[in-house]
Amino acid sequence: MVVEFRHVYYSLERRPLLSDLSFSIGQGETLVLLGRSGCGKTTTLRLINHLLTPTAGEIQVEGVSTQTWNPIHLRRRIGYVIQEVGLFPHLTIERNVGVVPALEKWPSQRIKSRVDELLHLVGLDPAQFARRYPHELSGGQRQRVGVARALAADPPLLLMDEPFGALDPITRVELQREFKRLQQQLGKTVVFVTHDIGEAFTLGSQIGLMQAGQLVELATPQDFARSQHPEAQAFLSTRKSEYP
Amino acid sequence: MNFLTRYANEILQSTGEHLTLVLVATAIAILIGIPLGILITRKPQLRTPILGFANVMQTIPSLALFGFLLPIPIIGGIGARTAIVALILYSLLPIIRNTYVGIMSVDPAIREAGRGLGMTDRQLLLQVELPLALGVILAGVRVATVISIGLATIAAAVGAGGLGTFIFRGVAVVDNQLILAGAVPAAILALVADFILGWVERRLTVKK
Repeated sequence: MVVEFRHVYYSLERRPLLSDLSFSIGQGETLVLLGRSGCGKTTTLRLINHLLTPTAGEIQVEGVSTQTWNPIHLRRRIGYVIQEVGLFPHLTIERNVGVVPALEKWPSQRIKSRVDELLHLVGLDPAQFARRYPHELSGGQRQRVGVARALAADPPLLLMDEPFGALDPITRVELQREFKRLQQQLGKTVVFVTHDIGEAFTLGSQIGLMQAGQLVELATPQDFARSQHPEAQAFLSTRKSEYP
Repeated sequence: MNFLTRYANEILQSTGEHLTLVLVATAIAILIGIPLGILITRKPQLRTPILGFANVMQTIPSLALFGFLLPIPIIGGIGARTAIVALILYSLLPIIRNTYVGIMSVDPAIREAGRGLGMTDRQLLLQVELPLALGVILAGVRVATVISIGLATIAAAVGAGGLGTFIFRGVAVVDNQLILAGAVPAAILALVADFILGWVERRLTVKK
């Protein structure tokens, strides 16, 4: 198991946000956490790379509790992509992508070839983009850079928090498709947060439905489509109404 | 013309003294103010006392502050030292406040990304927060410098020299030419400092 949640609770100022969360994610799987805003999906994600500490219970990454891991080492083994992208505006695209390898003190020649490789991988021509700054790129291009940055040190695990949520629908579908191809090529373990059920079906090998801080359904896309849980039904019905 | 040829050397010398007072005070204020500004972004409970102290310093009338410092041992006494301490105390607020505001206004998503990628607090500060806050911090330094150039004219009252010597002398003997011989170079210094630091600030401010 790459990630395992064991009876995890999380409260903020005595307000419970997550309760009794238990699930595990195997090597090469893509778990999509689906749910409404405020249901605890992002909190779950931030527990995995120890940006948050559970109030009770334990999360294991590669068999070791996140509270035993050195948080810096843990995070450098986990790629992290967020909706706002969070590129460093004062650094070129090249240096943004190379930030983790630089922190890991790779030799500069190795960083450079890795950055070129990654920009190609996410469909950006290094000759054209490497020396540009984030503000010179479109939203879709910026998120491609965000994905490249997360993959830079070849982490076995990738956490993605609504990475395509702020993009226009055409760019979003384009990036979803490319990410799926990328995922098949690289075989990373991915935890992907979204509130878009279409995205969950496109990308997930498992769909975990969250409601009010609990995991109420965990199934493959095929089984999820037949789920009788009311919240799953609610999500599935939005999908039908989307395509009349 | 006659006046200028007679006083040219003295004006130059005073301008030099004036500039030295301001540069030394600003340099020390930067060395104290930026770390304090960083500290209060890390320890929020220290924010109120530190900003409060710097705020109170600014509200003390300048002539009174020079007066208060005179009898204090070590930092007080007649001469440049008292003047420099007073200028530092005045410069702290803009520098501390702008360092704090500059760092706090870094986009939370950028900080989240940096932490999520495995930056230590120190790496986040040095590689992300400070470079992004630099423009705002420099704006604080610019304000502190311009204020100091004006205030340093009062330093002459505690025997620290500078362009204030002409102003105090001119006031004493009711000679406008003497007053202007101190005031005009001080104003020019302030404008030049403002222009140069403004240019540096624009060069180093990161485009969003």
